[in-house]
Amino acid sequence: METRLRIAAIVATAALVIVIFELVRRKRLMERYAILWLLAGITLIVLAVWKGLLTTVASKVGIFYPPSALFAVALGFVLLLLLHFSLVISRLADQNKVMAQRLGMLQQRLEEQEGAQTAAERGAGAEADPGAGTAAARTGAAAAAGASEDQPGRVEELSRAG
Amino acid sequence: MSQHLAIVPAHNEAGAIADIVREIHEHAPGFDVVVIDDGSTDGTADRARQAGASVVRLPFNLGIGGAVQAGYMWALEHAYEVAVQVDGDGQHDPRYIKELLARLRSDPSLNMVTGSRFLEPSGDGYRSSAPRRAGIGLFARIVSAITGQRVTDPTSGFRMTNRRGIELFARDYPHDYPEVEAILLMHAHRLSSCEIAVRMRPRTTGESAISSTQPAYYMIKVLLAVFVGLFRAKPNVEPGDSSPVTAEHAI
Repeated sequence: METRLRIAAIVATAALVIVIFELVRRKRLMERYAILWLLAGITLIVLAVWKGLLTTVASKVGIFYPPSALFAVALGFVLLLLLHFSLVISRLADQNKVMAQRLGMLQQRLEEQEGAQTAAERGAGAEADPGAGTAAARTGAAAAAGASEDQPGRVEELSRAG
Repeated sequence: MSQHLAIVPAHNEAGAIADIVREIHEHAPGFDVVVIDDGSTDGTADRARQAGASVVRLPFNLGIGGAVQAGYMWALEHAYEVAVQVDGDGQHDPRYIKELLARLRSDPSLNMVTGSRFLEPSGDGYRSSAPRRAGIGLFARIVSAITGQRVTDPTSGFRMTNRRGIELFARDYPHDYPEVEAILLMHAHRLSSCEIAVRMRPRTTGESAISSTQPAYYMIKVLLAVFVGLFRAKPNVEPGDSSPVTAEHAI
């Protein structure tokens, strides 16, 4: 392989490995997903640096122009990484679905509980004074219970009282 | 409510979990128990609840790192002072909890105490298979060299931490196979840890997080994490730093 091309290949692959390492160091890339990237980067560096190996590999497979072998290997890793991403996305989509289902059920349970609580409070308010037999006490309690929700009714009560 | 919490991560341990919870109640009566059901598909959560534990059910399997961190978040939210991790498979004998607690209490500057299988060379009990022991030995040497103190069992998950440790692990805990990295995390934050000798038991049910097909991935992942960790000047979030999961990055 021509020297200029080799130097370019070495610089490019070394930059790739350094960027991956730096991303892991900054905790932007999990080790779990960095391993395949590092494997690709290191393989490409070895092929770029070790002149004889690339030529041997190329001639064994029947590639006449050795740098093409480097591209072929790189393309192989690109396909592998894409497949890997598809697997990861599938898993994430599955987890996301389960999370949404659980969240929906939790929300339903919470709303049910809140509904039951409000009903219980309203019931307790109406029976606050079980001994009172007068109509005035009963309407008073009903007005108090309705006041929070029934704003026009409350205004009417107040105007009548005034 | 007690000041002390036992965190029991469990994945499909319906056969063992009730015994573990009962043993903790029996041998460590001062400890509340929270079982983190890591997406089990058997009756783990029900058995644990019947045995008297609080149960946090994760909607899907997060792996041991995510499950244990959920336990530390629970401990932080409920203001516990001490938390101990006890595996849900029966390997960790709850009889040792009070020894861990005594050691943690004996020295106020200590933040974490780990139960080690290998501290006593002639110790008996379950000590894992030969290839695993070789891997553990390698990590023991690496971790000892980095921390500058003797660590004999870096893969032991039988650990007790005080409030500082709970705060740290609730904020930041390694993802998969976390034990080795967690020691280095403590060290990076200048929290101190030590080991005491314990006997472990062979697991009664379930299967190891490191199944027979995964040791190569385990070794590579942990070695990579340890190596990269050496280059982190400020490895992890302190209070006031940006959130560990953030959307503010450009790429």
